Amino acid sequence: MSTTKRIYGMYADDDDLLNGVKAFTDKGIAIAEVYTPFPVHGLDKALGLKKTRISDAAFMYAVYGLTVGSLVTWYTMNRDWPMNIGGKPSFTWGENMPAFVVPMFELMVFCAAHMMSLTFLVRNKMYPGCPPQNPDPRTTDDKFMMEFVTDNVDAVKQILIDTGVEEITVKDA
Amino acid sequence: MSGHYEAPIREPLIIGHKTYHDISEDIARPIEERAGKLWWISFWIALALFIYGFGCIAYTIGTGIGAWGLNRTNNWGWDITNFVWWVGIGHAGTLISAVLLLFRQRWRMSVNRSAEAMTIFAVVQAAIFPVIHMGRVWVGYWVFPLPNQFGSLWTNFNSPLLWDVFAISTYFSVSSVFWFMGLIPDFAMIRDRAKTPWTKRIYTFLSFGWGGKAKHWQRFEELSLVLAGLATPLVFSVHTTVSFDFATSVIKGWHSTIYPPYFVAGAIFSGFAMVQTLLLVARKVAHLEDYITMYHIEIMNIVIVVTGGMVTVAYATEYFIAWYSGSRYEDFTYLSPGAATGPYWWAFWALIICNLVVPALFWFKKVRTNIIATFIIALIINIGMWFERFDIIVINIARDYLPSSWTMFKPTIIDVGVYLGTIGFFGVLFLLYARTFPIIAQAELKTILKMSGETYKAKEEEDEHH
Repeated sequence: MSTTKRIYGMYADDDDLLNGVKAFTDKGIAIAEVYTPFPVHGLDKALGLKKTRISDAAFMYAVYGLTVGSLVTWYTMNRDWPMNIGGKPSFTWGENMPAFVVPMFELMVFCAAHMMSLTFLVRNKMYPGCPPQNPDPRTTDDKFMMEFVTDNVDAVKQILIDTGVEEITVKDA
Repeated sequence: MSGHYEAPIREPLIIGHKTYHDISEDIARPIEERAGKLWWISFWIALALFIYGFGCIAYTIGTGIGAWGLNRTNNWGWDITNFVWWVGIGHAGTLISAVLLLFRQRWRMSVNRSAEAMTIFAVVQAAIFPVIHMGRVWVGYWVFPLPNQFGSLWTNFNSPLLWDVFAISTYFSVSSVFWFMGLIPDFAMIRDRAKTPWTKRIYTFLSFGWGGKAKHWQRFEELSLVLAGLATPLVFSVHTTVSFDFATSVIKGWHSTIYPPYFVAGAIFSGFAMVQTLLLVARKVAHLEDYITMYHIEIMNIVIVVTGGMVTVAYATEYFIAWYSGSRYEDFTYLSPGAATGPYWWAFWALIICNLVVPALFWFKKVRTNIIATFIIALIINIGMWFERFDIIVINIARDYLPSSWTMFKPTIIDVGVYLGTIGFFGVLFLLYARTFPIIAQAELKTILKMSGETYKAKEEEDEHH
C-alpha cells in the first residue's frame, strides 16, 4: 500500500493561512494547492507563484483587433469600392484613417477583452457546468484550505497544528 | 495586522460587527428568501409596462415610423431622445467598476455589481431605439460590414452613425463580459451553499467550476485590472461617439466642439442619479444598509455635484456664445435666449431647473446625507437629463434655417408607449437580477473587511492608543 496521502488543512483566518504558508515554504515542504474565498493579499508571493502572463496575451489580442480594424476599413473603403463621402479623402487609407479611428479602437478593445476572458477560462480549465474545483464547499464562504500530497503525514500535520489550523482531513491519494 | 492598515480618519465601508461568513449570509439572503410583496407589486407593474411597450413596438414595425410623431422638420424625436437618455444612464456602471478600480477607490466594491447590471440593462433599452427607427428591422444586420450580393456595397466607415454601431455593441459586450467574470466567484459561493438540487444545478452551470485556487485568483485579479484598463477609455469613447452623431452634422446647435466632453459629463451625471434611485430602494428591500452606507451615498452625491457642475459650465458656455455670436441662427439653438422665451420655453426651463438648480442642493452636506432628499433629487435629475436630450433634438430642429418649415413636435401615444415599455423592460430585468444574482461583489468585499470593517478599524485604533 502506498504511503502517499492527500492532506487538507482548513484555516479560519487569512492571516493564519499566510503564516502557515510561510512555515511550509521555510521548511521546503511543497503545498499542492490553496483554496480561498477571496484573493488573499500576498498569497501568490508567499507561494512563489510566477507572474501570470494573461496580460501579455491581452496585448497580442489588442494588436490583432487593431490590425483587423485597419484591414477591414482599408479593404471596404479604399480598396474594393472607394467613394467620395462628404469630401473625405478616399484615395489612400492613410489620408482617410482619421475617420476610422472609432471603429478601429472599438475592434481593438473588443478583441482584447473577449479573447483575454476566453484565455482566462481555458487556462483555468473552467467551462459552463464544470463541477466545482474546490474540495470543500466552505472555501467559497469563510474558510481557507491548504492541500498537500505527501508521504510525510506527521510532519505536515504538526506544522498545520502549530500554525493554528482548525481542521485536518487525511485521504488516500 | 500591518498589512491591513488604513488611516483611521477614513470612515468604515462596512458597518456592524461582520465576519466573512456574515457577508456571505447577507449577500445570499435576497436570493434564498422568498420575494416580498413590494417585489411582486413592482414586478407586475414593470411587466405590464413592458407588455404594453412591446405592443407599441410591434405596431411601429407593422405600420412604419409614421406611427410616431415625427414630421418632415422633426425627423428625430423621442426615439433618439430615449436612446441617448438610456445610453447616458448606462455610463455610471462601467465608470464605477473600471475607472474607480484603477483609482483604487474601495467604496466602489459595494455598488459596482448593481451599477454594472444597470449599465447592461440600460444599454439593452438604448439599442432598441435605433433598431426600430430603421423601420425595416429585419434588415438591421446591414449595419455590419458583411459581404453581400449587392455588388460592392459596404457600410460607410466615415459615418458617425456606423461608429455608433461599433461603439455601442462593443460597450455592451465588453461590459457584459466584465460583469460576468466578476460574478463567477460569487456564483460559486451561492452554488456551495445551495440546498435544492435545481439551485445547485443552475449555479454550478453559472460558476464555471470556480474553486478559488491561488493561481486562479492571481489570474482573476490580473484579468479584472486589464479589463478595467480596457473599459476605461471605452466609457469615454462611447458617449463621445454618441455626441459625434450630433457634433459632426451641420445642424445649428449640434455642430459644436463642446459636445464630446459635455456629453460624457452629462452621462456620468445621469448614470449616478439612476444608481442612487435604484440602490436606495435595493439597500432597503435587501437590508444592505451595512454595506451601502451613508458614506457611499454621500460620495456618489459628490460625484453628481461635480459632473453636474461640468454640465452647468457647458450650458453657460453654449448660452453665452449663442447670445454673443450675434448670429440669428444661434438664437434658435436649444441653449439660447430664443429657446428660453420661444415655443419650447417649458422644455428649456425644465432642463435648467432639473439639471442646474435642484442638483446644486447637493452642495449642502445636510441634503447630501439625507436619504429622502437624495432619492427625490436623483429622480429629478433623471427627468432633467431626459429633457436635455429632448431639447438638443427637438428645439434645435423644430426651428430650421427655413422659417416656412418651422413646426412643433407632438409625440403620439405610440411614442409614449415605446418609452414606457423600455422603462418596464428595464424594471423587469433589474428586478429579476435582484432576486437571482449576488447584488454585491462579496468576494471583493471580503478583501476589505479587515481594512475598512467597523470592528477591525475600532480594534486598530485601540491598539494605537496603547
